[in-house]
Amino acid sequence: MQTTRRLWLSQCVGIAALADIAAAQQHAHEAARSSTPPPLQTLDPAVAAEIDAITSQIVPSTDGPGAHEAGIIFFIDRALSTFDADKREAYRTGMAAVQKKRQELFPKSASIATLTSEQQIELIKAIETTDFFELLRTHTMYGLLGNPSYGGNRDHVGWKLIGFEDRMAFQPPFGYYDAPGGDR
Amino acid sequence: MSGATFKPSDTVDFLVIGAGAAGGVMAKELSTAGFSVVVLEQGPYLTQKDYRHDEIRYTYQPGLTNDTKIQPITHRRNESETAKPIKAIGYGRQVGGGSVHFTANYWRFHESDFEERSQFGEVPGTGLADWPIKYADLEPYYTKAEYDLGISGLGGANPFEGPRSKPYPLPPMPVKSSGVLFDRAAKKLGLHPYPAPMAILSQPYQDRAACVHCGFCEYFGCEVRAKSSTLVSVIPVAEKTGRCEIRPNSYVRKIETDAHGRATGAVYFDANRREVFQRAKAVALCANGAETARLLLLSKSKSFPQGLANSSGLVGKYLMWDNGGLAMGMFEHPLNEYKSIQVTRVVHDYYKADPKRGFYGGAGLDARFNYYPADFALQGMPPDAPKWGAEYKRMLSTYFTHTMTVLAHTSSLPQLRNSISLDPDLKDAWGLPAMRVTFDFHSDDLATIRWALTKQVEILEAAGAKKTWTLGISKVEDSMPSVHLMGTCRMGNDPKQSVVDRYNRAHDVPNLLIVDGSSFVTAARQQPTATIQALAYRAADYAIQAAKKA
Repeated sequence: MQTTRRLWLSQCVGIAALADIAAAQQHAHEAARSSTPPPLQTLDPAVAAEIDAITSQIVPSTDGPGAHEAGIIFFIDRALSTFDADKREAYRTGMAAVQKKRQELFPKSASIATLTSEQQIELIKAIETTDFFELLRTHTMYGLLGNPSYGGNRDHVGWKLIGFEDRMAFQPPFGYYDAPGGDR
Repeated sequence: MSGATFKPSDTVDFLVIGAGAAGGVMAKELSTAGFSVVVLEQGPYLTQKDYRHDEIRYTYQPGLTNDTKIQPITHRRNESETAKPIKAIGYGRQVGGGSVHFTANYWRFHESDFEERSQFGEVPGTGLADWPIKYADLEPYYTKAEYDLGISGLGGANPFEGPRSKPYPLPPMPVKSSGVLFDRAAKKLGLHPYPAPMAILSQPYQDRAACVHCGFCEYFGCEVRAKSSTLVSVIPVAEKTGRCEIRPNSYVRKIETDAHGRATGAVYFDANRREVFQRAKAVALCANGAETARLLLLSKSKSFPQGLANSSGLVGKYLMWDNGGLAMGMFEHPLNEYKSIQVTRVVHDYYKADPKRGFYGGAGLDARFNYYPADFALQGMPPDAPKWGAEYKRMLSTYFTHTMTVLAHTSSLPQLRNSISLDPDLKDAWGLPAMRVTFDFHSDDLATIRWALTKQVEILEAAGAKKTWTLGISKVEDSMPSVHLMGTCRMGNDPKQSVVDRYNRAHDVPNLLIVDGSSFVTAARQQPTATIQALAYRAADYAIQAAKKA
């Protein structure tokens, strides 16, 4: 017999506690709702396009959505406008250094965004041990896999990629090995 | 948020500093015994409605922990170095303290933990010592904590644990895939795995809901009140007495004393950074194993020139933390470890220090989910995996759901040179000297971490992992921020060799209790919350008896 979710919840927690769970589910839904892309607040659009070109190589759009589709650039813009405002300078000097490296490697190029994919990969290999690249990688992964309310992880593309579901309740079995008939 | 309201000029019976794991217990025990209590908490008063499934807020940002932007911390490995700013210490900073965001592991100390100096012998260069109390002295209070707060587990299932007077009040949580694999492998190796004791409700308890397995425990506040923090268990009981006021956003800068050397209350900054003096007949300092020592050092006066309660010179000394490396295993089928609580199985076979190993140390091992999505992508992947690009993306798509962790909790020797002190240069946002941490591992601490990793990997391999890798600790900075803070006001019978007596009373100040991780003589090899809270129940019991006689 299929137990309804509400019935199952009421069995395991008691009716009095359902209000707690309903409230938590409501704010979880609100927080996880993806918003339409806001206008950039901090980053210059041209700079944003260059950053987008790099983060789109950190998590490329091969075999499905990547950093670009997740809206990482909007997450980074939001971060630099709010909780990571103190990292704007790191982005300014970091991007200047990346552009310098690009000019060294590809003197005829005009921008990171207009490099071929192979050239972008070569450029990133030249900067992958820098603190700035680690910051970009950190922001990319928090943007891809963090809560969508910060502007990234649009349509949960990051969570879908890794197989994570943000739900207020699960019930056993949780995985293959704890399932009866799985491997127990 | 419905307790009593007192005026600072009211002389309350007890002033509790810190509303965390210990402070919450003290507040409830003292107020239900009939005493008036004010609890000063430096952080805000949040509730389950404020919490979110939000990794960005709680792991990337210090949503529930101390923020070094306003309270900087410096670290140096030894006295010859100049300390540099780094988040060396992490602690819960809101009503409920660390019990709000902790993983909720709730292990008791073993009988041997209280007498390791006698059983193991001297360890050169350390202050390894027996506690002035034994497991039997604390056992009734472990039981009291388990029933008062709501702990799930299987009594008697850990063959290495001391005798229990009662089973757990709640059955163990459902086993996860990591627990099944760990359990099977450990048994194959001749070990004794057992269901993890957790401060999380497996069934409804008191007025609270059972866990719904959402998976957001470690680093997060529970949105359904199933995690048995002091915030949702004992603090509401304290407030309901009408004799206890929880006063959030109240950052204490000094405990005051009178001409007779007795504590008279504390001066704190309120939310508007105005100084307020709250009077009290007695003070219970429960600010955590690091901030408690800092506040005593900040409370120096003419009568106490080395800092309050510090005639021994040991306030801040013998800082210990909970060490241990991580071993990861990737399996053929999905485990989906992100669902439900972090830990469901534990092994204590390697717990006791054995001189035959050639070093002092031991380990408690648990099977767990260790990394939420972004942290997994940044830190949880194998070291030989690419860090970006198409292959990295491809690996992430299977590794996150197919990976589990075996974590070791390993011993940390008490060393005189490891300490909390006041930074001579750096100030916090209130103008108070910043916390300075002097800490480095003992060579036996590192030997234990390395030895335990071989045991962790052995279990993962016996479980059939397709690939294993380790994230070890090679230098002290790898273990920061340390979140299990112990030993800076050690307990003992001799006032020259310790800061508090066997009932957590300061040797030097008759009406000052110091109750948190700071009174630990040794660090065992585990999460300290159960023992911190058992000590709090015991200290409150004796304080109540003494106050009723007075």
